[in-house]
Amino acid sequence: MLDKILFLLCLASALADERCMPDTPHGFQVRLSIKTALGDEAYVWNENEMFLFRASLAFAMRNHMNGQQFEVSNIIVCNETMRVSFWFIVTSPLDTSQLIDQENVEAAIRQSRNRINSAFLLTDKTLEFVDILPTLATLYTHPTPPWLIVFGVVMGAVGAGIIIMLVSSVVQKKRKTNGKPQDKDDDEETRVKTVENGDAHDGVHNMSFSEDERFTKM
Amino acid sequence: MDKEISERPKWDNKVQYLLTCIGFAVGLGNVWRFPYLCQTYGGGAFLIPYLIALVLEGLPLLHMELAIGQRLRLGSVGVWNSISPYMGGVGVASMMVSFLVGMFYNMILAWILWYFFHSFQNPLPWRDCPVNLNHTAYISECEKSSSVNYFWYRETLNITPNIQTSGSLEWWLVLCLASAWCFVYIGFVRGIETIGKAIYATVTFPYLVLTIFLIRALTLPGAADGLVYLFTPNWDTLKNPEVWLDAATQIFFSLSLAFGGLIAFSSYNAQKNNCERDALIVGCVNSFTSIYASIPIFAILGFKANENYNTCQNWNILQLTNAFNIGDENITVENYQDWFNQLNATDPSEVESLDLKTCDLHTFLEQSASGTGLAFIVFTEAVINMPGSQVWAVLFFIMLFCLGLSSMFGNLQGVLTPLMDLHLIPTWMPKEIFTGLICLAAFTISLIFTLGSGNYWLEIFNNYIGSMPLLIVAFFEIITVVYIYGINRFNDDIEWMTGRRPNIYWQATWRFISPLMLLVVFVAYVVMQAEKSPTYSAWNPDYVYFPLAEVLPYPGWVVAICGLLSAIPVISIPLVALYRFICFLKNYIKTRHNPNPYANDKTKKFYQVF
Repeated sequence: MLDKILFLLCLASALADERCMPDTPHGFQVRLSIKTALGDEAYVWNENEMFLFRASLAFAMRNHMNGQQFEVSNIIVCNETMRVSFWFIVTSPLDTSQLIDQENVEAAIRQSRNRINSAFLLTDKTLEFVDILPTLATLYTHPTPPWLIVFGVVMGAVGAGIIIMLVSSVVQKKRKTNGKPQDKDDDEETRVKTVENGDAHDGVHNMSFSEDERFTKM
Repeated sequence: MDKEISERPKWDNKVQYLLTCIGFAVGLGNVWRFPYLCQTYGGGAFLIPYLIALVLEGLPLLHMELAIGQRLRLGSVGVWNSISPYMGGVGVASMMVSFLVGMFYNMILAWILWYFFHSFQNPLPWRDCPVNLNHTAYISECEKSSSVNYFWYRETLNITPNIQTSGSLEWWLVLCLASAWCFVYIGFVRGIETIGKAIYATVTFPYLVLTIFLIRALTLPGAADGLVYLFTPNWDTLKNPEVWLDAATQIFFSLSLAFGGLIAFSSYNAQKNNCERDALIVGCVNSFTSIYASIPIFAILGFKANENYNTCQNWNILQLTNAFNIGDENITVENYQDWFNQLNATDPSEVESLDLKTCDLHTFLEQSASGTGLAFIVFTEAVINMPGSQVWAVLFFIMLFCLGLSSMFGNLQGVLTPLMDLHLIPTWMPKEIFTGLICLAAFTISLIFTLGSGNYWLEIFNNYIGSMPLLIVAFFEIITVVYIYGINRFNDDIEWMTGRRPNIYWQATWRFISPLMLLVVFVAYVVMQAEKSPTYSAWNPDYVYFPLAEVLPYPGWVVAICGLLSAIPVISIPLVALYRFICFLKNYIKTRHNPNPYANDKTKKFYQVF
């Protein structure tokens, strides 16, 4: 009895193995770049790691297709290389001769991508499912764009500065006009004097007068 | 009130005056035009025509402007009017150019502010491409070009595909432009009183930032490549006349000559001031700043080229690793060539199909840019890869803003001082309101640059106003001073002001060398412009070869506007001379019929005020 069961199992797995091959229409290729991701802390890829991969994939399938109890044996792996890369296919738990179609597998992986990644301490780039594009992370949209906040702060400061400037100049002028009525009379006299004695202070005013001679010459 | 008019404002101290002149001369061009020219024209070899131009053209013109402003104590219009009423148009031309340049220059400051406001995010918004609505892929325009390009052309400018399509006013740019003008107003509100205080910060800060960048940049990997590339002299370029032309124009625009701003600043000096030393200081500091700024800029560009080179190589490595299923990280940058040869020998067709890129560090180093391209595309890309990007981005944009702001002060002072000297300001209007009105008027007109096609218009303004009219004005300035005012009289004035008669170097350059150089540069410039048909590079996402820029010709009406922009400031020179001549003729005819000995004085004085 036991022999028969063993024989059937081997047959089943042998059959499944034939369906798993590179460029299979039912499976995907996986590439891991462990050294790139972890550097010195990279772990060695071995049988146990492969077991974990198959288990996490079974977990992803269970999550996606509710009710169906996927087991590790439903995930069939082949063509492992040194890269580390391999192909896998998924069989249905109800009937091992039936393969789950690509769309479902893709959707399952997409759904649980983060969990699979963290099981291996890898990222979307270093644990690559070929032809499954990672869901592009949308940039976090802030409720108020931060640039407007900075703008508001800066403009508030500048606006306050302008108002202070204008107010201070108004205050200065008021102070001057309050002090003015006293020297207004003196001003009139000195003004006349400065105009007449303009030459004494600035040679500049002479310039326009001396220009006269040139003008007439022309 | 009358006392204030007769009492000319003055600088608090000499340092303020020197810093303001340095601030006006040192501007954005020192950071983003000079390093580009240095790199394009054979690195260290470019310094030779540059320094020759400085000595033969830049310093003499600078000294002349500072001296004449200091002696005559008037702004640009007043100075040329008092030398000869027929040359009053030179001052009017200066004033118009200053105003027009001030308008578009502040738009650049608005863009700098926009980037500054966006530098306070993590991650920086120009690092990643935004995702399209389905979340299936990145926006195609961004993917085809790059995230920095997309951020600049689409999210900042929202640029239209050509200049005829105006688009609409981009509200975010209007906000930034308004804030830029507020900054300018707050420094400019009371003329040199407030400018003198503001420049302490705006002129010294860029040097601090440049030093910080220098220290940081020199520690980046790849910095040495950039510096070697920048400074390796290629003596062959000296045979190309275009190099000499560019050196002459660069020194001229770099020193901000012929704007009238320097004349305005020096007119507020005490008359007994050593303007010769001031000119030498300002000129030399300006050139030193250019060279000093190019070191961190090129170190950072070298770093960026290095990053691009590494990315290129790593992409190649990944392709080979994936195709041949070689162990992860077995192929490295060092043994890449060996692996490549081995794989090519065993399976050449497979290697062929991978389409590996040729990675050449030199090609990446050559991808530099000048102007806004350097700051907003190249530099922002480099900053993403530096640790602590936000800090560097903030520092960089504050530095650019300070550099531009101090130049803006000079531009606007070149407008304000002549208007004040012409007594065109109604006496009831306080200075604060008048400066506010100038800023408001400039802001309103410069809203053109916030349109979708604004960048194209800015290029036009930059090329057609900030070049030829200035050369013409400078030529007339030096001819007026040397031949109409009289070089001997000018020498006497300088002797009176500084205590020393200008030596043979100044005499030779003022009398012959500088005017001749200006004439040659002007003619060469016109010839070169005439040879090129007026075209511009447009950013068109629907272009076949996108992301390459589409080169389009200017439509007829735009060419007309370009011509007008160049001609209108310059046309005031002959117009004013003609007007004066007509007035003189009228006066002459009048005196012939009515010989009134007293009429002469009165009418002459009246016309001289204008």
